[in-house]
Amino acid sequence: MLHIVNKSATERGSLESCLGLATKGSAVLLIEDAVYAATKGSAAAAKIQAAAADLKIYALGPDLAARGMAGRVLDGINVVDYGGFVDLVAEHRNCQSWL
Amino acid sequence: MSDMDMEDDGSGVVKKFMFLNRKAPHGTVYALEGLEVVLITAAFDQDVSLVFTDDGVYQLMKGIDTKGIEVKDFSKTYRALDGYDIEKLYVDQASLDARGLTEDDLIVDVTVLSNDEMAKLMDEQDVVISF
Repeated sequence: MLHIVNKSATERGSLESCLGLATKGSAVLLIEDAVYAATKGSAAAAKIQAAAADLKIYALGPDLAARGMAGRVLDGINVVDYGGFVDLVAEHRNCQSWL
Repeated sequence: MSDMDMEDDGSGVVKKFMFLNRKAPHGTVYALEGLEVVLITAAFDQDVSLVFTDDGVYQLMKGIDTKGIEVKDFSKTYRALDGYDIEKLYVDQASLDARGLTEDDLIVDVTVLSNDEMAKLMDEQDVVISF
């Protein structure tokens, strides 16, 4: 399954809920304000890096750039563009948007 | 009503206004709308303090490039605020720390406050408007 999260982890609990229910081998794509979680020094950084052992974590590049965060992405996070977003949706049997 | 009150139409009253920004830019419209309201308020010669706390500190990041998401980059506008006599910008240390940021990461000069200092500043205001 592809999980898509779009809310800041320091404002909402949707990333935490997502990581709690995502099964091993699933993909998690961070978009919009959720991309802050994938940046160095963020409060969610340790959780994201721990989760990356069992999950594939992606972050949307244009959303990182729009937030001045393009150069601060954690190691082990895969940055994708809009084409990559489409590919992820196409590759996975189902997806869940954590609104 | 005294003579003094009748003569005073209130036009010269200066109040302390705090604009409290707690949202990241772009994900919601709060940051941009808040900035618009601050610029309007500047026209009324009030005592304005601009505070960025929680995810609001992300509004001031250097190096923002919004071409890829095709929205307005309003981050440069923060640099123009002193042209509108809005010179009191505050950020709290704890919000920077929780996001791995320092003052050097921000596009404008700010005063960094402790939690106690921020609490005192908020308590001193006549009006607090939150975005």
